Amino acid sequence: MRIVVLVKPVPDTASGGERLRPNDWRLDRPAVPAVVNANDEYALEAALKLTEAHGGEVVLLSMAGANAPETMRKALAMGAASGTLITDDQLGGSDTVSTTRVLAAALRDLEYDLVLAGADTSDGGAGVVPAGVAALVGLPYLSYAAKIEPDPASGTVRVHRISPTGYEVLEAPMPALIVATQALGEPRYPSLKGIMAARSKSLDTKSLADVAVGDPAVGGAVATSAVLGAEAPPPRAATRVVRGPADEAAREVVAFLTERRII
Amino acid sequence: MAGGSGAIWVHGELAPDGSLAKISTEVATLARQLGEAGGRDVVGVVVAADSGAAATELARFVPRVLTVTEPATADHAAGTIVAQRLAAMIEDQQPAYLLAGAGPEGRDVAGVVSALTGWGVLVNAIGVTWDDGPVVSMSVFGGKLTTSSRLTSDHGIVTVRPNVVTAEPAAAPGSAEVVATAGELRLPKVPIVDRVEAAALAAPIEEARIIVAGGRGVGGPDGFKVVEELAAALGGAVGATRAAVDSGWIPYAQQIGQTGKIVKPALYLALGISGAIQHKVGMQTAGTIVAVNRDPDAPIAEFADLVVIGDLFEVAPALLAALRARAG
Repeated sequence: MRIVVLVKPVPDTASGGERLRPNDWRLDRPAVPAVVNANDEYALEAALKLTEAHGGEVVLLSMAGANAPETMRKALAMGAASGTLITDDQLGGSDTVSTTRVLAAALRDLEYDLVLAGADTSDGGAGVVPAGVAALVGLPYLSYAAKIEPDPASGTVRVHRISPTGYEVLEAPMPALIVATQALGEPRYPSLKGIMAARSKSLDTKSLADVAVGDPAVGGAVATSAVLGAEAPPPRAATRVVRGPADEAAREVVAFLTERRII
Repeated sequence: MAGGSGAIWVHGELAPDGSLAKISTEVATLARQLGEAGGRDVVGVVVAADSGAAATELARFVPRVLTVTEPATADHAAGTIVAQRLAAMIEDQQPAYLLAGAGPEGRDVAGVVSALTGWGVLVNAIGVTWDDGPVVSMSVFGGKLTTSSRLTSDHGIVTVRPNVVTAEPAAAPGSAEVVATAGELRLPKVPIVDRVEAAALAAPIEEARIIVAGGRGVGGPDGFKVVEELAAALGGAVGATRAAVDSGWIPYAQQIGQTGKIVKPALYLALGISGAIQHKVGMQTAGTIVAVNRDPDAPIAEFADLVVIGDLFEVAPALLAALRARAG
């Protein structure tokens, strides 16, 4: 099996240093160390487990800034065989429409049985790109997977899709695009061997001209939305600290909730 | 034009029982407010195999509802199918904006409609005002900033988080009409071959007014019993941190935070939760945050409205007793 995993380098949330550029309110990516988007790591982990069980290999696909290879090497160190990075100055400030179209165009140049994507990214948080990519490529779309069961013999895949009441079992022919969730299992840590091996793995960098996106144009200049401004949200009121015996504390909490008309 | 050129459309999402999802009542209320502010028609759209109940409910909130009967949604993954119908109707009737919920279905629908129409998407709105088009507030970087954004053209999609507006029916109910579907469903349909109900169905957290959540400090699945009892006593839902979910103490569906769900309840009662940034991003916009934690230096003690410094296994049962005493 050959599985493409869509990955995005995002600012490390734990750094606490994320900021917008003051002139155009775009994300200031160089200001913060980048990591592989956490939800994409679940997709990658699921893909690695599938190829371990069924054979084959995992390849990465990313549209990101020029410094993305550093972050993509972390994903290669987890066990992906190779990667493709679409990077181009024209793509800086791209919206989800452009991102969707570029990734869909890049996928048309790749061979695969499955495409796995994370549910959303920690920077943009949109969660709309995977569905759009599936629609543009014409792939069956299976979202919010808690379990992925391919049957290479019949060329189909079954997915347990998390639903409000439990799960639905979806079935589709491969190739298909699946949105992974954390329910698929904890991502592995790269081994030292994996980190060493990642250094020599192939990372194919392409510019926008190498990808047949077609009309209309894509990129930051034609973004469908614009940030007008940003401000810190109003601070929450000072925290009330309660200490003392449990039953007294409990009565104080009940009084507090009553006063705020919550109960 | 039938749907009103320049109109604001509302995607009417179905709950599992076929009724209108609560998020759609909120989105419809918001759309009505924007329609009044901008002088735009507001139209609800329900695409479903059996859309009657949801369409009638949606018509309580907006003047007009278009209903499309689409049998394929009964036994196939609905999002892509609904989105194709919406995209075709958008092309035909030229509305200006589509509003949808920011949950799993709304995201699937918005993603496919956006790809098929080229419309931009403003996502996860925590507030929307009107200034010659929707102006959308979003919370970014774990709540450090609230951005204000708009679409660069006179059309697009906005997805709205739950509990951003309080659903209010219109003064007079609107009408619902069935419209014919045209065209093939070109994208692959994905059949649902089985449905499995979760053993003990937990209340969904996204739309809950009150959430009682447990973290690492709860210590294990047994520790979640008191979390569940408190949630029941308060009429709320049970939430959890990633640590608790990864430990297998509670299902992933209840997880709040960066790789889980984003919630905005009136009350968030956090038990044994330190309040790390990855969790904070999922709950910090709660109306009131109350925490119980042994560690006075836990990050949550900085942003909660009230924090009880103490052992949750003493405080939680006492709180349960106090709530029960109050209920009489």
